[in-house]
Amino acid sequence: MSELASEPSSAALSRTWIEHRPTGQGVRLEPTPSQTVGPFFGYALPFPGGPDLAPAGHPDTVTVHGYVYDGAGNPLPDAILDFWQAAPDGSRTGTPGSLRVDASNGELLGRDGVRFTGFGRVATTGDGHWALHTLPPAADAPYIAVGVFARGLLHHLYTRIYLPDAPDDALLSGLTPERRSTLRAREDATAAAGRAYRFDIRIQGDESEETVFLDFA
Amino acid sequence: MVTQQEIDKEIAELAGRVTPGGHPPRLYPPYRSSILRSPRQPLTLVTDPDAIELWTPVFGTGDVTELDADLTVRHSGEPIGERITVTGRVTDRDGRPVRNQLVEIWQANAAGRYVHRREQHPAPLDPNFTGAGRALTDANGDYRFTTIKPGPYPWGNHVNAWRPAHIHFSLFGTAFTQRLVTQMYFPGDPLFAYDPIFQAVTDPAAQQRLIAVYDHDRSVPEFSLGFRFDIVLDGPSATYFEEDHQ
Ligand SMILES: [Fe+3]
Repeated sequence: MSELASEPSSAALSRTWIEHRPTGQGVRLEPTPSQTVGPFFGYALPFPGGPDLAPAGHPDTVTVHGYVYDGAGNPLPDAILDFWQAAPDGSRTGTPGSLRVDASNGELLGRDGVRFTGFGRVATTGDGHWALHTLPPAADAPYIAVGVFARGLLHHLYTRIYLPDAPDDALLSGLTPERRSTLRAREDATAAAGRAYRFDIRIQGDESEETVFLDFA
Repeated sequence: MVTQQEIDKEIAELAGRVTPGGHPPRLYPPYRSSILRSPRQPLTLVTDPDAIELWTPVFGTGDVTELDADLTVRHSGEPIGERITVTGRVTDRDGRPVRNQLVEIWQANAAGRYVHRREQHPAPLDPNFTGAGRALTDANGDYRFTTIKPGPYPWGNHVNAWRPAHIHFSLFGTAFTQRLVTQMYFPGDPLFAYDPIFQAVTDPAAQQRLIAVYDHDRSVPEFSLGFRFDIVLDGPSATYFEEDHQ
């Protein structure tokens, strides 16, 4: 038992430790540490239709878009964002079908335009811009969860996008107005078509600038 | 640009620190890109049991086929390099398998070159190797990839900066809070000591958890060398109690 509870001192011990440990005994395995996504994920992680969470032509589609900035105010041309949200009916269980592989040639097709999978993924373009087309999340989970990955980020960051009319929930209520405002998308009247919102992500800045990032401990 | 000796000194000053979960700090100055890309404000703790982040995206057999896990059969010929199989089990911190979840990998070819337009390393591309793969974990949480061993490559952090050979991994768990992007390294790489990305994991015990184990029993005769890389996902899961009582 002392061996099980101790820190593995070599990779070989770590392996034995995982294989022989009975589950449900309250012994916690040590996690695999995070590493940066690096700059070269572009041919592996993005997939066709990654930004297009909303079923094709859905009348409730909204666009959320913005830039990702570093501490010097420069846009990140090599960030990738994962988006995860409840379906409009409040369902949190998600649906398969985000990637859809063509079995004949292995190419990804992307979503079928019908199912709402809850998952989206967008890489920033060379100017640091990203855009997501989705359906507004349900009132009882009124936000889009975001995972931020980039070269230079040794461990990804979590934040949330709240549309302007989303009610203040437990997270928003616990923040100062200054910090809260970093999680609110703003109406974007300049967008060419449809309902559009602007949401910038500032990885580093002072209290009024830096996006609120989340810890789930 | 600074020298390797200056980076070594900075690495030595930060070495040995134990961090929560062994994760690297987001600000690790020897890795220069982290300086302007790390938050200064404290993170905000979320304890809401209804948080959407306690659920997770799902992927199915329509999203990934078995062939997507073999990076050596994408083109008309065999890629150059040492063929390897990388297998492992994905679990949460209580040892429960993460089933039917998406594992994505990407890597350089045997010469240390990525198929990426921004890649500047003048090593040859391999027309028979792209270097991206996907798999779903099975009912035991196991995954398996067939690929070739990537080469080390130079990068621009400092003068004479070289990355140890590695395979990038992206994983989903049973909750969005368990999301992990990491890198798998190979045992005995002489570049570990010089690499600020690997050394950003400052706890030596945690560093070991990034290094695959050569496993002769998993080598396939006349075909490939076997490496085992088990992955433990951090972070809370909403299904903890539900699964515990099954
Ligand atoms: Fe890399």
